[in-house]
Amino acid sequence: MLSFVAQRVVKGVIVLLAIVVLNFFLIRLAPGDPAVVMAGEAGASDQIFVQQLREKFGLDKPLPEQLFIYVKGIATLDLGFSFRQQAPVAKLIGERLPATLLLTLTAFAISLVLGVLFGTFAARFAGTFLDTAITVFALIFYAMPIFWVALMGILLFSVTMDWLPSFGYETVGANLTGFAHAVDVAKHLIMPAMTLGLFFMATYTRMTRASMLEVKRLDFVKTARAKGLSDAVIQRRHVLRNALLPVVTLAGVHSGTLIGGAVITETVFAWPGIGRLMYDALLQRDYNLLLGVFVICSAMVLIFNLITDLVYRLVDPRIEFTT
Amino acid sequence: MSKRVLLGVLLACGLAAPALAQEPKAGGAINAVIQPEPPGLMLAMVQNGPVQMVSGNIFEGLLRYSPKLEPQPELAESWSVSEDAKTYTFKLRKGVTWHDGKPFTAADVLFSIEMLKQTHARARNNLAQVDKVEAPDDYTVVFTLKQPFGPFLGIFEVGSMPIVPKHLYEGTDWKTNPYNNAPVGTGPFMFKEWQKGSFIRLVKNPNYYEKGKPYLDEIYWQIIPDAAARSVAYETGKVDVLPGGSVENFDVPRLSKLKDTCVTGAGWEFFSPLAWLWLNNRQGPLADKRVRQAVMFAIDRDFAKDVIWNGLGKVATGPSASTIKYYTDDVPKYPYDPAKAKALLKEAGYKGEKIRLLPLAYGETWQRWGEAVKQNLQDVGMNIETIATDVAGFNQKIGDWDYDIAFTYLYQYGDPALGVGRNYVSSAIAKGQVFNNVEGYSNPEIDKLFADGAVATPDSKRKEIYEKAQKILVEDVPVAWMLELQFPTIMRCKVKNLITTGIGVNDGFKDAWLDK
Repeated sequence: MLSFVAQRVVKGVIVLLAIVVLNFFLIRLAPGDPAVVMAGEAGASDQIFVQQLREKFGLDKPLPEQLFIYVKGIATLDLGFSFRQQAPVAKLIGERLPATLLLTLTAFAISLVLGVLFGTFAARFAGTFLDTAITVFALIFYAMPIFWVALMGILLFSVTMDWLPSFGYETVGANLTGFAHAVDVAKHLIMPAMTLGLFFMATYTRMTRASMLEVKRLDFVKTARAKGLSDAVIQRRHVLRNALLPVVTLAGVHSGTLIGGAVITETVFAWPGIGRLMYDALLQRDYNLLLGVFVICSAMVLIFNLITDLVYRLVDPRIEFTT
Repeated sequence: MSKRVLLGVLLACGLAAPALAQEPKAGGAINAVIQPEPPGLMLAMVQNGPVQMVSGNIFEGLLRYSPKLEPQPELAESWSVSEDAKTYTFKLRKGVTWHDGKPFTAADVLFSIEMLKQTHARARNNLAQVDKVEAPDDYTVVFTLKQPFGPFLGIFEVGSMPIVPKHLYEGTDWKTNPYNNAPVGTGPFMFKEWQKGSFIRLVKNPNYYEKGKPYLDEIYWQIIPDAAARSVAYETGKVDVLPGGSVENFDVPRLSKLKDTCVTGAGWEFFSPLAWLWLNNRQGPLADKRVRQAVMFAIDRDFAKDVIWNGLGKVATGPSASTIKYYTDDVPKYPYDPAKAKALLKEAGYKGEKIRLLPLAYGETWQRWGEAVKQNLQDVGMNIETIATDVAGFNQKIGDWDYDIAFTYLYQYGDPALGVGRNYVSSAIAKGQVFNNVEGYSNPEIDKLFADGAVATPDSKRKEIYEKAQKILVEDVPVAWMLELQFPTIMRCKVKNLITTGIGVNDGFKDAWLDK
């Protein structure tokens, strides 16, 4: 198993390097650069100003040299400096990490738990009214655009009922601490996490339902039934466990993207996460910051893919590690 | 106490009450919206709108300006001008300290000017006429000009010339100086905290030189990226102030009707944002003056004002906004007249060549305006193709002159020599740069008028020159002037004196107080 992990890590580093190089060139294909954006914002510009900005961003150097400097930095775990925000990239990402993870992990948990639960029920009662109701419920949240669900949520729960705050991570200026602060953050978290969680829930519901129905038809389930096992035991121990493999795959892929945040949800709810940081960096052509977020996100996808492979083994002992 | 005396006391109290109600009250916090999140807070390094809105509380200029754009004291308590109008002497306030306790002196002013010449394009242009700056003592600064420069007293507000602490910047790498994100100024509020993506917190400067000010204890600038969410934040009482431009204009009438809500269009006199269409004078159909005039006649600017901007603003008559010096409306007029536009296009021999239109990527209002203008131009037979871009792409295309018609709006800074001439003189044609003479208009007469106007004395002479320039420009239509924009500030009525100068919410909240 160790050699499996080692080889995957080496492959991962190569993939990461390829991603860095590709992204480096891709984001430079977009029209405009940070100097152009900042000169525009200043409401005035002249040749000296634009040239100064280009030098400041290191854009006056030849492209291969810029790439070399960047890759060298990455190799020493230095993500560079955002001249736009006048702070190191790692610090900027680090500041957003707690809020991002809180939102995406909560949404992930909501989608996974509710998805598997609803999927199991839908499979168990396939073809009944309950099955249809669950499917419709799940698909409604999948079909509706996130920003729409978010805005309707705000309209209902913030404006009309005044139950939940409409934006932000905490009540600004309340200076709450300890448990009161945790409750305050939780209140702010409910709407964005539910919006995001319900969207992804549909995928897990459908996947679990389909997978369970497939497994249910297999011979070993008939054997289990013939052995006289109760329906609950068959569903839980035999059907669900075997049906979970595709769900684990999906969850693995999904969890790798969690650190990238959720741009739309974060924007509508003013949640201070990495998704928004990345979006703003894109609009402002903040190359170093954008690349930094990409590097971290890519690394996470690779790491979670590895973890998914390892979890496979736990869920299904028939799978062996081969390199 | 007899009944008569009691009645007298009550009457006196009753009569006195309204007067007392207007006395500023100290204390409280204001929650205001800031959008987009500032990239930093060092005004000398970055000069976009949000940076000034927050940092205008932290830093100060030598002067501020009344709504009529008359200079008022700030860090300079008085000033005088020599008879030949070439020497300006500023007497600085004594007893002013930086937020870290160090004294503010003339050395800070000299250092700021040197720094701004390198980091602030507009300040560098404004200071081009300055021959030397000297500090004969710690509290006097003398500017000697190469020649008289009419608008010189108009270049000292905090955004145009912020005064920065020499002791924290001298000898450091300005780009990476840690004080860029935790600025130290002389202003009424001090930087306290910045939760990136959430809020910026400023607290009262207890040692502020104007005794009793500021009245507020704290300001929270809340960062809410979505325009609809900003409206809701106000609606649900989570923020008290929506500075001009914070919400989409179509939300303004609805929000204005909310209980205890006050709206003002004041505070933009210094900036006087003027919207126009850049018309590429170099190539294609728009190189012909008649086609440019046709564009002016084809566009229903009253519709834009009444429908897209909800009745806010004013139809522009030419290159100067009506709020800045030497404005005249005695210029050729371009009412909405599609028939005349068609006739002009026919006369110019326009045969349906494709014309690329770039709307501004500043939100829904600007997108809608782009669609309306496209419709207007199509109605008179122009073949319009809309090009969608983001801000960076827009700036790139404009700088490369890769467009035919493009939306924009620019500040005018109170005087044609500061904010108008730069868009029409041929010396301001420079590829790769934005917000200068992007349209490529070149007219030696206009060049001379703007050159003369900047240095002419007395004021009546400047007036004559700029009025002539306006007439020529409006006849030539180098760009198509649209609207004098109005960005209304929406706030709870309990917020008093928020806007007291022509610089408005960009000038700090030192006069603001809460009528709790």
